Amino acid sequence: MNLLGDVLDWFNDRANWRGSSGVTARLVEHVEVSIVAIVIAMVIALPVAIWLGHKRRFGNLAVNISNVGRALPSFAILAIGSQVLGTREVPVIMTTTTILALVALAIPPLVTNAYVGMSEVPAEVRDSARGMGQSDLQVLFTVELPLAVPLIMAGVRTSAVQVVATATIAAVVGAGGLGRFIIDGFAVQDNVRVAAGATLVALLSLATEIVLAGVQRLVTPAGLRRSRRPPRSLDISRTVTRAQAS
Amino acid sequence: MHALVAVANTERWLWIEWVRTHPDDIFLALREHVIFTVAAVCGGLLLSAPLALLAVRQPKLRTAVLGVTGAVYTIPSLALFAVLVPVFGLHRITVVLPLIGYTLLILVRNIIAGLDGVSSSVTDAADGLGFSPLARLVKVELPLALPAITAGVRIATVTTIGLTTIAAVAGLGGLGQLIVIGLNRPMRTAVTVGAVLSVVLAVVADIGLGAAQRTLTPWARRRP
Repeated sequence: MNLLGDVLDWFNDRANWRGSSGVTARLVEHVEVSIVAIVIAMVIALPVAIWLGHKRRFGNLAVNISNVGRALPSFAILAIGSQVLGTREVPVIMTTTTILALVALAIPPLVTNAYVGMSEVPAEVRDSARGMGQSDLQVLFTVELPLAVPLIMAGVRTSAVQVVATATIAAVVGAGGLGRFIIDGFAVQDNVRVAAGATLVALLSLATEIVLAGVQRLVTPAGLRRSRRPPRSLDISRTVTRAQAS
Repeated sequence: MHALVAVANTERWLWIEWVRTHPDDIFLALREHVIFTVAAVCGGLLLSAPLALLAVRQPKLRTAVLGVTGAVYTIPSLALFAVLVPVFGLHRITVVLPLIGYTLLILVRNIIAGLDGVSSSVTDAADGLGFSPLARLVKVELPLALPAITAGVRIATVTTIGLTTIAAVAGLGGLGQLIVIGLNRPMRTAVTVGAVLSVVLAVVADIGLGAAQRTLTPWARRRP
């Protein structure tokens, strides 16, 4: 049993890349669903968290949301979601379900990181901005937000990698994406296809991480770029957890 | 008429009759889930403790340890369960092995963070008092690192409970099995029971370990 060689052969077989169930199509499905989910989650979570962080209110709520978020197994969310929204056979509804579940998954790290990033801007810095005559909104947009950007982006990165990893499980409830190779391969006991699917998901997670680390560096104001390592995402213990679909 | 009633019941979110007739299935799934989680976190701790110590004592190995545990973390759990089924069969080891792998990154990082956080003045004082390296580790550094370590155990446990639900997709049992059965039959009540119990288990574990964390480390400053 030479799994590695077989997997390489699988990738070399052009037939596996083409058509509506080929690698290219599945990759596009996977990326589409992930991007839509992350963008929706950002639109919902970031303004609220940034505003609350600016006002420094409901801090416990912001941190607790990340705990609750981790306690919700995404497979459970997906299963319930697919039941609420109904028929597994309709692709549009299926995609909607997947996206909703992924949005729910993406929100907690976004909220926590954005809140903490905003609220931990040192009081002296804010006071000096006020002392120079800046209005509340000016302080928010020209002082706090730029300083919070690295941490906000760390949250986006964590969420995105988590979403990409979890979009795999959507295949269990009938959705498309790279998880199909794993589910369909397992169903017919084709280990090569399972391993190929796993490789694709792992590579996509890695690519997401690398691309967003680059974006994080780009959007970080030049004055803050001195440290070579971008800040990590926050967690309850101020240590890090990242993407594993749970 | 009878068929119509049956269809309606499978569509119900909570059909008490199903719960009442399947207490063994539900209890078995819950028990398996707890066994998988406890085995994975304990196994993970046994493995990550030496790994973290190695990383702290040999800075050259730190990148390697974090890199390898990080790489394991990127493998989709669904695929890892699926690939291991033909290797170990439908055995508990097929579930626990990947789960141990996924706890490593969280635990190793937290243990390292905890040990790194011990200030050098404290270790110097211990050295000055004549502590041997082992005694210093056990009596000084580990207690001071305990808040970070227990926090890691907490995160790892809750994450593992979530991951374990996925093992059922490969037919390996646990609460996810109720969800899978419910989706396939279809029997919506089974989906509800499996999903709700896995959430409840995660929340209970989080709260319980949080309480244990505070009891074990009364000196730890409460973080906001």
